[in-house]
Amino acid sequence: MPLLILRRLGNTIPTIVAVVLVIFTLFSVIPGSFTSSGDDGRMLDAQVMERMRKELGLDDPLHQRFGTYVANLAQGDLGTSFRTREPVTKVIAQRLWPSLKLTIAAMGFAILVGVPLGFIAALRPGSLIDMGSMVVAISGLSLPKFWLGLMLMYLFALTLGWLPSFGYGDGGLRHLILPAVALGVSPMALLARTTRAGVLDVLNADFVRTARSKGMSEYRVVRWHVVRNALVLVLTTIGLQFGSLMGQAVVVEKLFSWPGLGSLLVDSVFQRDIPTVQGSILVIVLFFLLINTLVDIAYVIIDPRIRYG
Amino acid sequence: MKLRANLLIGGGLVAVAVTVAVLAPWIALYDPVLDANLMNAEIPPGSEFIFGTDGQGRDIYSRIVHGAQISLTVGIVSQIANTIIGVTLGLTAGYWGGWWDDFVGLVTNLMLAIPSLIFALAIMAILGPGLTSLLIALGLTNWSYSCRIARAQVLSLKSQGYVQAARILGYGDFRIMFTQLLPNMMGPIIVIATLGMGAAILAEASLSFLGLGIRPPFPSWGSMLSEARDQITTAPWLSVFPGLAIFLTVLGLNLLGDGLRDILDPQSRERRA
Repeated sequence: MPLLILRRLGNTIPTIVAVVLVIFTLFSVIPGSFTSSGDDGRMLDAQVMERMRKELGLDDPLHQRFGTYVANLAQGDLGTSFRTREPVTKVIAQRLWPSLKLTIAAMGFAILVGVPLGFIAALRPGSLIDMGSMVVAISGLSLPKFWLGLMLMYLFALTLGWLPSFGYGDGGLRHLILPAVALGVSPMALLARTTRAGVLDVLNADFVRTARSKGMSEYRVVRWHVVRNALVLVLTTIGLQFGSLMGQAVVVEKLFSWPGLGSLLVDSVFQRDIPTVQGSILVIVLFFLLINTLVDIAYVIIDPRIRYG
Repeated sequence: MKLRANLLIGGGLVAVAVTVAVLAPWIALYDPVLDANLMNAEIPPGSEFIFGTDGQGRDIYSRIVHGAQISLTVGIVSQIANTIIGVTLGLTAGYWGGWWDDFVGLVTNLMLAIPSLIFALAIMAILGPGLTSLLIALGLTNWSYSCRIARAQVLSLKSQGYVQAARILGYGDFRIMFTQLLPNMMGPIIVIATLGMGAAILAEASLSFLGLGIRPPFPSWGSMLSEARDQITTAPWLSVFPGLAIFLTVLGLNLLGDGLRDILDPQSRERRA
């Protein structure tokens, strides 16, 4: 098992290197346009541009800059924020927990609602419950998250006054609910669909027919055969969604003024704070890769048929 | 049921959206940008302005009608670009194999590792706001699915008799790929493209909402929502209608994609999510 984990982690290294290369190239090779294509088309003044060029070492040759960037990265140094003059790692560290909290809460909502919804739908295919839950699912996938958030904010915060409309507050649950639901609706919808498809697939499998024909009770069939086998597909979806949720959170965080990585990224883009932009994208991508690796490892534990050679 | 409900409803919604976009100059009652009149500011929906007016007195209905042009242009153009890139890479990778296949695989994994919204956001940050930047940002970042599908299809098709026959007849690689293989894998590719169009429209709305896509005063549904947010207490209707427009258009594309999948790509159960 430890060998497997090591090997699986090793497999992600080429991807990580490629991601670093892309992030570096995007923002460092073409910073001329990045510094000059200001917010509303206005140019940054010459002094600021000169300072940026010097700080980013833009006058050095390309390969040297990339070498420096990677060497610093290897030591966990993401550079210094152009705005706050603080190390980017420190700025990101402050945003990481709120981001994680929002992502986990959204995923929790998605799992608690989506999986049972899809499960019930699959056990009664063609029924009203099935149709209803699939209408919910396809609608959830088509809703713009920020619009849903805006509507939730209007209803539950501004009209009914039950919940705060935005902000992080003291970090408690009340501030978390609305953004988490807005963010969690699309993974919830996807999970409902996947669970339904997965369970339906297993219900038609030969071993389920065998289990039924040998007189096993329906409860035991579902509990022992269906759930375990449908779990792999559901887990894949959970993993993929969970990993990408931090990236999807950008709009929701901005809408609710949530102090996470997403709003840091957007604010830094507007402030032309290149090191912070690069750093936040890198962390969001690493989170995605980490979750996917964990899911791959979890497969092997759940389904002993899967082996990575 | 011969004609499935999702195909019918989805096709209907998409047809409405396309019609509105095409006829926008004729069915809009006012100019979406220029007809501002502070005397008419923030009038709730009613007989004079069916969707109400915004803080500058512009007719929301006319702005939404024109917004359909932007959303659909972004959805269609960017998805055509994604499909061409994805299919070309997937087709050649699957057909030739070898180092090219490995290379395409690495690039595809890379594209899948960077969330497409984040990638598009980074490109928008560099190119600056505007329709052209949006088309580039969204047209280059979401081709990994069509690439994977095309590659998988080629792998299963290339050992078929008609491909062997074409090779024996002396057809060149590209001729085989584009005249023999491509027509036989259009079904799944059309499905992915339809679903991707909805995703592109959502991404455009998100980027415009963040202020990185289409900027005010131009009437993109996303930028309308970003303006509306500040007035949600005094004029909530400003937030309702552009959002509904996005929702119904994307819902239509998703239903249509699902319906097409049932017809064109019946064996896709494991990809159904």
